[in-house]
Parts: sequence; structure tokens; C-alpha cells
Amino acid sequence: MVTPGSDQGNTTPAPAIAETGRPATRIVLEVKDLGVSYGEHVALSGVNLTVRENEIFGIIGPANSGKTSFLKSLNRMNMFNRSMRVTGEVLFAGRDVRRWRNVYALRRRIGVVFPLPVGLPLSIYDNVALAPKLAGVRKRQELDAIVERCLRRAALWDEVKDRLHSLGSLLSGGQQQRLTIARSLSQDPDLLLLDEFSIAVDPVTTMRIEDVLKELRNEMTIILVTNLVQQARRLAERTAFFLSGRCIEVGDTEALFAGDVQDQRTHDYITGRFG
Amino acid sequence: MSRRHAPPRAERKPDRRDLGWYVDKAVEVAVFVGGVSAIVFVVGIFVFITREGLGFVTGPFDFRQFFLSPRWRPTSEWNPTYGILALFAGTASVTGLAMLVAVPFSICAAVFIGELTAGRTREVLKVLVEFLAAIPSVVWGFIGLSIINPLIINVFDVAVGLNVLNSGVILGLMAAPIMTSIAEDAFRAVPETYREAAEAMGATRWQVTYKVVIPAAKNGLLAAVLLGIGRAFGETMAVLMASGHSINLPTSVFDSVRALTATIAAELGETAVGSDHYRALFTIGIVLFLITFAINLTADLVIRGTRRKE
Repeated sequence: MVTPGSDQGNTTPAPAIAETGRPATRIVLEVKDLGVSYGEHVALSGVNLTVRENEIFGIIGPANSGKTSFLKSLNRMNMFNRSMRVTGEVLFAGRDVRRWRNVYALRRRIGVVFPLPVGLPLSIYDNVALAPKLAGVRKRQELDAIVERCLRRAALWDEVKDRLHSLGSLLSGGQQQRLTIARSLSQDPDLLLLDEFSIAVDPVTTMRIEDVLKELRNEMTIILVTNLVQQARRLAERTAFFLSGRCIEVGDTEALFAGDVQDQRTHDYITGRFG
Repeated sequence: MSRRHAPPRAERKPDRRDLGWYVDKAVEVAVFVGGVSAIVFVVGIFVFITREGLGFVTGPFDFRQFFLSPRWRPTSEWNPTYGILALFAGTASVTGLAMLVAVPFSICAAVFIGELTAGRTREVLKVLVEFLAAIPSVVWGFIGLSIINPLIINVFDVAVGLNVLNSGVILGLMAAPIMTSIAEDAFRAVPETYREAAEAMGATRWQVTYKVVIPAAKNGLLAAVLLGIGRAFGETMAVLMASGHSINLPTSVFDSVRALTATIAAELGETAVGSDHYRALFTIGIVLFLITFAINLTADLVIRGTRRKE
């Protein structure tokens, strides 16, 4: 729950889903001298930044600037790529993520939405109920409630409520992406990572999802990697600019867009001179 | 195409059949002949078997006796009977036991290779499994005779070790590699994004496999099992050597049995061409052909079902 008087300016109290009593300025994620390399190729180096609780933290930058590698290092999604090496520290909930003995518990607290929608070949219901089921929720009523709540929050409920048991992978691209978001909400994450979620989604759906994210900010912290500069401007309180594997600059989004930058390249990118 | 690659010539005739055109036609004809011949052979084999067996079906064939009598006495002087029930029971029991052995083995092996190993280990294992699939059936039959036979006699204290158990185990081991290979292909066809998505939700390796990968690959797995059944059903030499080859309606796994295929293999060379016995064996061939055709067709439809969904 958001403490009254927080600098987030959220006046509506969040549902009792988030842990209560945390000061809103608490730091959720602290990244120190993070580096990622794949074999010889260095994808990311020397990244230092902090993400505060209940903010949307934008990450912008051209292709191949290390944005996705950054996200992958946060919840240790490097299992599939054995050549991926991570150096430095990522403190989540005060603890280096690589020191978590139970990586599965870590991942349950960090939700991820990938660039391309992944509707698992299960029913819509089971797509959303999968994570709670894995976590041990067995009661039908409880699952029903979670499924409905998550689908509602992902702005998908009205479209699918009459066919919850048809295949999730048969939905349209935009619907599948919202299904993916509903699925990542079903595990009640503290931190939600979105990796260029609007690549395969039409503009109308993108706007709907953006509205959803604004709502969700009351309950969780969101890191939004985007290739749309204006999307970062619409959503993020603070934004980091990545370029060629380096974090060039972190600042208040409005300040960055107003031209208050420390590095000329940030300004050039934001104003569309390259990238 | 041809125009693009033709050298620029001053006086080029625009509409001339060049080398490319003839090669294209030649390849087209060759591919057509190859493709049609495959169909022609299958149809030809069916026609041949049917023609040889037809004399029996229209002559002394007694539907009830053929399918419901366990007595296969084609060489009896006074009253030859042609009942394939015992032979069919032999084939079915051996195949059933083989699947009990092969399905768990091959699915587990495929999960291990496809989900728990990566890179070089995976490739080496895959090659090894395919190498196992290439072992000739007579070698398996020999293993049944010389290794499993005494083993069964010693362990279970029975008189004969050539029985349903022996040939079931042998056939199971024979079918397992090919089933593993197909099942592993099915796992490999599951998009990596499914696994990533499930892992991102905090699913453990086993949960990813059990909740996401196996359901996604289930048609491929079913096809693997069906092809394994087809393989076990049609196997001849190993069954002939390991089953005991005596006509029996088996009541336990320690009974010797005789399989349909083994009967044809063992007796066809001894019969006079055109005799009732000869034709009855071909009728068994028709039955086998129809059953394996049905199994393969089912497997094919199952695989096609998977593709359509994607």
C-alpha cells in the first residue's frame, strides 16, 4: 500500500494485495556495476542504477544497446544461454539475486512480459491459473477469483469471460499479450519487467495496456523497456538511456524530455536524431 | 529465372528453351516418377498379397474359424484348421508387454535428452540413441536367446525362458530408441518461448516439463508411441527367436507364444505355392498389412493434427 504523502502522488489507496507499511521511497532494486557478456561479446557493462518502489522505470535505447540483457540478469533468466555471464551486483529486496538459493522463489516475485506474446498452449483459464497452481493454490474458488482479478486488471476479462476454457494460443496477438500480462500478475509480483511489450500489438491495445500499467503502479514496481521514446514519456517517472551496452544517463523523464540532459547523445536520441 | 542468369547477348531470342528449362523439366519428370513409384509399390504389394490370399478367402476360408479359433494346424492330414486367434494373441501380448517396457523408458529418455541436457551432451546422446535404433533385429533375437533366456530361467525358476516376457522385453528395447528419437523431436518442436515464459513465472525444471512441455508435445508423443507399436507389431525375427514359437493362448508372461509375423516367416518357405496353407499365410499377411496400415495412418493423422493447430 502506498503511504499517504508519498512522492508518487497516488491518492487512491492500492488494494490490499501489496505488502503494507513500506515507505514508497524504498528502493526495490539496486544495480551496482552490472555487466553482461555472451562469450567474447560484451552486451552490457558498468551499469549503476536504482529503482524505487511503485515507480515505472523506463529504459530506452536503440536496438542492441543491452536493454534485454539487463532485464534477463534481474531474474536470472540466463539458464537457457550458458554462455551468458553476469558480473556486478543486483540487489533485489536487499539481497544479491545470484545469492538467492531458490531461484524459482525469486522469479515468482519478479514478473516478466516478453516482446512477443507467449500464449501457452493451455486454456485461457489455465494460462492465468498456472502460476498460482504451481505455487500450491488448489481451491477452485480461490483460483477462479485470481483468474478473474488478473484478467480484469489486464483489461481482457470482458473479451474472454465467456470462453475461458478455449485455447489461449488462439487469441489474437494483442489479446495474447494482455493474457501474458494477466499471467505475470497472477503470481503477485513485487516487480514487473516489460520488454518492449507493444512490438506485436496494435496501437489501440497498446493504449489500453498503458492504462493498465498506470493502474498497476499503485501495487507494484514496473521496469518498462521500450523502443518507443514517447511511451517512456507517457508512463515512466524516471528513465534510463542505454547505448551500446552502457547506461548513459538516468533522470526524471520530464526533465530528460525537457532537454535537461547531461549527455548530448541522450538528447539526440530522444529528439529522434538517431536510433 | 533463366533470363536473369543468361549472359547478355546482342541478339538474344527472348523465347527460347534454354538449358535451365530442360533441367527443370527433367527434374520435374524424375521427381514425378519417384513419387508415383512409391505409391505404385505400396499398391502393388497390397494387390500381390491380396491376390495370393484371395484364393483362400473365397475358398476354404471360414470367417469364424479364422479369427476365433486358436487352432493353427495347416499341415494336418485329415482336418487342417486355420485359426489365427492364438497367433494374434501372441502378437498382441508381446506387443503390449513391449509397450509397457518401452513407453516409460523412451519418454523418460526423451525428457532427459530434450529438457535436461544441452549442447554437446545432447547431440552425442541423440546420435547414440539413433545408433541403438539401427541394431539389426537378429542381434536382438540373439540377445533374447543367449542372455535373457537363461536369466529368466534362473531368476523366475521356470522351465523355458523363451516366452512372452522375453520377447516383450526384447521388443520393448528394440522399439525404445526409435520412440525416444521421435519423442525428443516432439519436445524440440516446442518453442523455447514456452519454457522461458514458464520459467519466468517461477516454475521449476520439472514443472516446466510436466505442465507446459509435455502437454504441448502430447500429439508428437502419441505419434511416437503409435509408431513404436507399429514397429513391435511388425517385428519378425526377434520375436521368432525369443518368443518360443509355440502356439498358445498365453495365460501368463511365462507362456511361450507364436506371433503372426513369425508364423509367416517360418512356414512360407515350406509350403507349396498355391496350396491352402500358402494362401492362408498370405491372408495373415493381409491382416498384418491392414493393422499396420491403420496404426501408421492413426499416427500420421495425430501428427497432422498437431501441425494444423500450430
